[in-house]
Amino acid sequence: MTEIGNDRRLAAVWRDARVVDVRHHGDIAVVLRLDVPDRVLHRPGQHYVVRLRAEDGYTASRSYSTVSAPSDDLVELYVERVPDGEVSGFLAEVVEPGDELEVRGPIGRWFVWDGYGPALGIGGGSGVAPLVSMLRHAREVGRPELLSLAVSARTAADLPYREELEAAGALVALSREPGGFRLDAAAVGAIADPGATALVCGSARFTLAMESHLLAAGQPADTIRVERFGPSGEIDEDEAST
Amino acid sequence: MAITRGFTGRRRQAERDPRLPPGQYDVGRSWPVLTAEATPRVDAERWSLTIDGLVAHPTSWSLAELKALAGAADDTYRGDIHCVTTWSKLDTSFTGISLDTLLGIAQPLPEATHVVEESTTRYTTNLPLEDVTGGKAWVVWEHEGKPLSREHGGPVRVVVPHLYFWKSAKWISKIHLLDHDQPGFWELNGYHDHGDPWLEQRFDGD
Repeated sequence: MTEIGNDRRLAAVWRDARVVDVRHHGDIAVVLRLDVPDRVLHRPGQHYVVRLRAEDGYTASRSYSTVSAPSDDLVELYVERVPDGEVSGFLAEVVEPGDELEVRGPIGRWFVWDGYGPALGIGGGSGVAPLVSMLRHAREVGRPELLSLAVSARTAADLPYREELEAAGALVALSREPGGFRLDAAAVGAIADPGATALVCGSARFTLAMESHLLAAGQPADTIRVERFGPSGEIDEDEAST
Repeated sequence: MAITRGFTGRRRQAERDPRLPPGQYDVGRSWPVLTAEATPRVDAERWSLTIDGLVAHPTSWSLAELKALAGAADDTYRGDIHCVTTWSKLDTSFTGISLDTLLGIAQPLPEATHVVEESTTRYTTNLPLEDVTGGKAWVVWEHEGKPLSREHGGPVRVVVPHLYFWKSAKWISKIHLLDHDQPGFWELNGYHDHGDPWLEQRFDGD
């Protein structure tokens, strides 16, 4: 294995990974654990591309966040099932341990946290996946106090890795559970930390709201890093500003 | 490369829309938002675009000035856009002004070979000058007839539709001409320097 730090050319190479473990989260998601030969160690927050290849050469590929810590022997990917998703549906319904999947990575050097300075991770729904990689890495390097986490979903079932996040002391906001709450301006204001790098991951609507709350709480814009994902239509300005 | 066991693909190669570059899918009517930084609120009244660097006449325009320059013959791009994250949006439109018009005023010096687009957020992306001249690039303020929304780069963004869309800076504030290539934000963060979707130039090393 190569050192953490991401050799660009090596990371770009397609590799045949072996599926070691497949865990289904109902019809919401599937978690794949892959043995990637000769892999380049990722930085927490980076993603992998998975490419499916049919016999006639047709391919379809998508990016998925790495959930595992770099020190993990395997690469754990969280695959949220997208309605009518060609790739996520296949990964959830067909793939079994022992299968091979083409992957390349790790990719992206912006939405990352290496475990050095203080960081505040805010994730919505499946947007917690890269933050869990950061959490595992923080534990691994013995600096869990550097990383604060706030995560949000509608229900407990909509929040991947909920138990692991709760055990780590994350602020867990479940808006539709009894006694639940939202990451509103007050909640985000209470955790904003101008001295930390804020890492915000989730849907376009979620991240836009979190950015607004952080900026309103005095978090400098240049400390905010954002990873948006998922299909989204036009968001009207009223909705986006809430 | 290995064939994926059991994968036939939902969309057969023969039925693929020829407008889709390899590895892309049609996102339909939606338009995903991908941004690395906090979405700024840019005041259209106070906003301006500057073209500077290796030009004979460094020039700044307000939005009203750009619209006046575009005049009745608004330059509209109608066609497809392609995001490196594998979605493409087909047959969409942007209205603004061709970068050719603006560069015609600023007058690139003979030694200028590259441009860096810079956003109000300090996001940057680099392109060869030849990729933004000859009817290939626009500075736009409308999408499908409506003002460009904030999350899609409003009030004004760049559109360079023949390259992956990270080459089309949102919240554009400056276009800087250089005599050398200077990697921008994603180009320094693992993505390809050029970004041609038809060559699948997605990541550094492609």
